[in-house]
Amino acid sequence: MIDFIGNRRKAYLLSIILIFAGAISMITVGLNLGIDFTGGTVFQLNLGDEFSLEEAQAAIDPYEELEGAAIQVVQGRDLAGDPTDEGLIIRGPYMDDDRRDAVMEEFQNRFPRMDMADSRVESVGPVIGGELARQAVLSLAVAIVAMIAYITYRFEFKFALATIFALLHNVLVVLGIFSFLQLEVNVPFVAAILTVFGYSVNDTIVIMDRIRENIQHRKKKDYVEVVNQSINQNLVRSINTSLTTLFVLIALLVGFHYFIGSLDLIIFVIALILGVFVGTYSSIFIASPLWLNLQDYKFNLPGRKAVGN
Amino acid sequence: MKKAFKPGLFLVLIVLCLVIIASGYWSFHNAADRDDGIRRGLDIAGGLYMLMEAVETGDREVDDDAIDRAIAIIRTRIDELGVEEPVIAPQGDDRIRIELPDLDDPEQAREIIGRTAMLKFVGPDGEEIVTGANLDRARAERNPEISPRPFVSLEFDREGRELFAAATEKFYGEPISILLDDEVISEPVVRAIITEGQATIEGDFDYEEASELALLLRSGSLPVELRELESRLVGPTLGQRTEEIAAVAAGAGLALVLLFMILYYRTAGLIAGMALVFYTSLVLFVLSQLPTTLTLPGIAGLILSIGMAVDANVIIFERIKDELRSGRTLRSAMESGFRRAFRAILDANITTLIVTIVLFILASGPVRGFAITLFIGILCSMFTAIVFTRFLMRLAFKAGAIQSGAYVGVKES
Repeated sequence: MIDFIGNRRKAYLLSIILIFAGAISMITVGLNLGIDFTGGTVFQLNLGDEFSLEEAQAAIDPYEELEGAAIQVVQGRDLAGDPTDEGLIIRGPYMDDDRRDAVMEEFQNRFPRMDMADSRVESVGPVIGGELARQAVLSLAVAIVAMIAYITYRFEFKFALATIFALLHNVLVVLGIFSFLQLEVNVPFVAAILTVFGYSVNDTIVIMDRIRENIQHRKKKDYVEVVNQSINQNLVRSINTSLTTLFVLIALLVGFHYFIGSLDLIIFVIALILGVFVGTYSSIFIASPLWLNLQDYKFNLPGRKAVGN
Repeated sequence: MKKAFKPGLFLVLIVLCLVIIASGYWSFHNAADRDDGIRRGLDIAGGLYMLMEAVETGDREVDDDAIDRAIAIIRTRIDELGVEEPVIAPQGDDRIRIELPDLDDPEQAREIIGRTAMLKFVGPDGEEIVTGANLDRARAERNPEISPRPFVSLEFDREGRELFAAATEKFYGEPISILLDDEVISEPVVRAIITEGQATIEGDFDYEEASELALLLRSGSLPVELRELESRLVGPTLGQRTEEIAAVAAGAGLALVLLFMILYYRTAGLIAGMALVFYTSLVLFVLSQLPTTLTLPGIAGLILSIGMAVDANVIIFERIKDELRSGRTLRSAMESGFRRAFRAILDANITTLIVTIVLFILASGPVRGFAITLFIGILCSMFTAIVFTRFLMRLAFKAGAIQSGAYVGVKES
């Protein structure tokens, strides 16, 4: 039996370092918010021909809104693995429909073989951007409250509290990593974060269920041993489930990265993969030990040794 | 104690597995059919999504009635373009959401939707003579005898006829301005008193532009001005490629999961694999039967739910192993394993369901589609694990296909 409780401080320390580093990154560089939140325009164009970055830059030069806009080359592959036409992605501020059409025409004139069917133009006004951000935060908050209510009803309030702490921990860690790597945050990312919510709670609750059951079957309530035992009983299951989920997600990541080359969906999958890792970690190392601390706040004081071997 | 091998039941088991595999293949094949399968969102199928905001004009405030009328007018305009299955719906108090899959000319569609198309005939004194509200008919015509260029011919209703007749009498020999959205598009000089209520708009346009103008005039002018808040135009092949890749990735991921489960849990893993194939066809079937829309995040959600569907089986098998280790017989270990795993599966899944419900209520667009698919995915996976896996495990036990702990992946014994 592995002594998770005895080693809980190491886990706490690791998590605090991760969250702290993430917080510094978020304060200094912040999140790389995409057009869904800030408003803006994205052109993803299949130009149908080979092109150089200079040529693409020359096409947008007449449009002052796009001055300094990020241009990114996208290289996809067909199912046989052969490279498809090169495409490019331009991210700029919000432009109205007339200006967007003008940009498109410019490209059409310069690249007559441009394939509109394999392109997209998305434009989000600043009003909507703010709304989507509020909507995202609201969904997260409501989901948390609803889960606290359910877990309190099915288990007890301290279980709920520990679960939600672990959950917030997961979200903060993922956000910190996204800020550090400057990965773009769009609406699908919120969906991913919420899935991470569901996944990590799922993982935690299965352990909590074991704790609940093991406590019932004991006369002397030695919580430390009960929790250690419960985590250990669930270890194989936690690992196996994470593995199977990761199999599918990694297949998706490889597929999108290799064949599509566009970042949007890759970021979505990366968020899910990070979530599975962090979710599994926190359900084992954070949630249950935290519950013990909540159960008995003196548990942490010196002189009280954690039991278990 | 060894259980007897029962060839009859074993055959039933094999046949059942073959049926599941066949149904899995069939439903996958069916779902891949774009015309008759699951409805695709614009991010996959391609098309134009627009969110418009109604803005008060001088004489009309934005209320439910104005929005309803604007929607009816946009619908008329879109229908004339021949777009299949357009969605034109109010959102909030003052917004209209428009989704047009399968467009030939998105630029034209956007032009037509956004135009207020307020037609006015104004006399040289600046007085309004008649407006588009009094129109009965409008159509584009080509007639070299009347004009070298294409034009739009109009016919007024009774009231418009009278107003027009009076005005042409009053302003005989003088120019009348024809304004569209306060912009002069034509300034003909009155050369006859027109009592039949017919007029033409000749301007600097080709036939296509004349048709577009006629369409706008026929459908009537929007009661309020519409401004674009959000616009997403996705080409049809872009999303299709992504969908194909996602399907291949799902297949590969599924195969990896199956392999892992069989290696780790042996016969029970094979049964979990069957349950997984069953789950996949169940989800695809339910999705094709419900009026849901599959978006790209939705596909990712489905693929994720494959991974999570295995979780329930893993919980059950680990439970059974635990019970075996504590000295129970295989039969009672299976029963109590299922019973004890049930509560954990239920609580864990319900919390995830809560998240999807919150998302469904609060989010919009692709995320909402994601919430629906994940919701359906979780329900199906719970049903599969609790009902279907259990049924197969019992059958396999009775048939003698599972004879000892080794068949569930227990190493010793």
